[in-house]
Amino acid sequence: MTCPALRIVSATKRYGTLQALAGVDLEVAQGEFFGLLGPNGAGKTTLISALSGLVRPDGGIFEVMGHNVVTDYRNARRKLGVVPQELVFDPFFSVRELLRIQSGYFGIRGNDDWIDEILANLDLTAKAGANMRMLSGGMKRRVLVAQALVHRPPVIVLDEPTAGVDVELRQGLWQFIRKLNRDGHTIVLTTHYLEEAEALCGRIAMLKAGRVVALDTTENLLRRFASHALRVRLERPENASALGATLSDSGWAEFALERYEDVEPALARLREAGGRILEMRLGEADLERVFVEVMNRA
Amino acid sequence: MHEARLIGFRTLLYKEVLRFWKVGFQTVAAPVLNALLFLLIFSHVLDRHVTVYGDVAYTAFLVPGLVMMSLLQNAFANSSSSLIQSKITGNIIFVLLPPLSYREFYAAYVIASMLRGLFVGCGVLLVSFPFVDLPIAAPAWVLVFALIGGAILGSLGVIAGIWADKFDQLAGFQNFLIMPLTMLSGVFYSIHSLPQMWQDVSHINPFFFMIDGFRYGFFGQSDVSPWLSLGVVSVCFVLLAVLTLAMLARGYKLRA
Ligand SMILES: Nc1ncnc2c1ncn2[C@@H]1O[C@H](COP(=O)(O)OP(=O)(O)O)[C@@H](O)[C@H]1O
Ligand SMILES: [Mg+2]
Repeated sequence: MTCPALRIVSATKRYGTLQALAGVDLEVAQGEFFGLLGPNGAGKTTLISALSGLVRPDGGIFEVMGHNVVTDYRNARRKLGVVPQELVFDPFFSVRELLRIQSGYFGIRGNDDWIDEILANLDLTAKAGANMRMLSGGMKRRVLVAQALVHRPPVIVLDEPTAGVDVELRQGLWQFIRKLNRDGHTIVLTTHYLEEAEALCGRIAMLKAGRVVALDTTENLLRRFASHALRVRLERPENASALGATLSDSGWAEFALERYEDVEPALARLREAGGRILEMRLGEADLERVFVEVMNRA
Repeated sequence: MHEARLIGFRTLLYKEVLRFWKVGFQTVAAPVLNALLFLLIFSHVLDRHVTVYGDVAYTAFLVPGLVMMSLLQNAFANSSSSLIQSKITGNIIFVLLPPLSYREFYAAYVIASMLRGLFVGCGVLLVSFPFVDLPIAAPAWVLVFALIGGAILGSLGVIAGIWADKFDQLAGFQNFLIMPLTMLSGVFYSIHSLPQMWQDVSHINPFFFMIDGFRYGFFGQSDVSPWLSLGVVSVCFVLLAVLTLAMLARGYKLRA
């Protein structure tokens, strides 16, 4: 029997009066590409920090590859690579020095072959000798990824790794992360780019105010929260909610539909209500809509 | 497994040493120059007028005090500045994420501090050679007090670096605790030259015992017995080590 890559049971954490984690249960199987989504302040970083020992939870169990992160922290930390959300770096060292030192902390010496491979995959080879201070934000971000990988952790957690990284580099980074996933690494990702999450993650948990409010495969989430959307721009958009549509910020009313056959009844309702349609589109559901819907319901 | 732990600890120690060594001009050369200036000025002013322990020239008496003072201040500066910088820039996480125990963490920071203190202390001793004829009556005492003194200040530096959230809090710790205690410890004078009240006050200052014991190693005489100094200094170290380890074990201010 293989253990889950991550197991979190009834995790709670309070900062003063603020309940950052209000009882989170989560299991991620080995080899998954898992998304952890939620608005700012939902508790994603707190959850990751508790998992990596940076934060002491008030309650709950945290395990990485079956190792308890408190009682068996050495093994738990060896199995875990964390790319932190904040762009932090040590200004005293060059990229290569930093990666060698980080390897050493994990008890690994003579790690240059693997370090070279990471650098090449992250397009940092030319910067290996550069001091950290001389790197751009996007490069520093990739060094953070490299630092998280020096000990070849089976579980890799990335906390908003693409914030501030331009499109081209983002593509390169995802290619590399996908390759790691294919090679058997479990990936957990938080991101604000929902289209990235949709494209990459097999399963997704949505967090709000320290609680898991949705947890399913990406496919099921997209299906469960209506697979199609009829979007119309109405002459009098204020009628939209009375007709069972949701009104988006941009002024479009949206009908969530299970099947294409549902288009007709929706239009009929509009006609009966005397709503005049200025523009109309039929689209597939995307994660962004699912996200908004989940957050509104929760 | 144990091999891996040893490598982890040694890497942290190496990193901490490399950190001050890379800026050695500022962390080693500057304090040595500082001590040299003290030596030149004080010895020029006082050497002909003052002798200590009967026939020891003032400059000779002063040198061990300056060596120890520089050693202590730099041991403190090393761990405290490294930790507060890492905390403020956030890169402290790179030593919190790996499988290092809090004991390994403590040992690495304190030993690196001791090494910086020893480097500076040796530097001060070397530059004073041309100016004084200094005996070393009991080298073992010199070494023992240098090591324990460095460990005490290294531990204090860990405490201060973890406790302080801002650089000025750290400066406060340094200016209102470390500096007065060193200055009033008999670096520049033998406490027997003080009024009785100040002699009594000196006896509750642990820094006095560090410097007095250290000085015994050079001259074979001191204000109090070196064994008493060793006792006081050792108890101080043990208490501080226990306190620091307790802070680290709880993750005080490091693991939220
Ligand atoms: N060290 C801290 N002290 C006090 N409050 C904190 C601390 N860290 C996080 N919080 C609060 O906890 C909540 C969850 O934060 P976080 O886990 O960073 O959310 P997310 O990563 O999902 O944006 C937020 O309201 C945040 O302000
Ligand atoms: Mg976050």
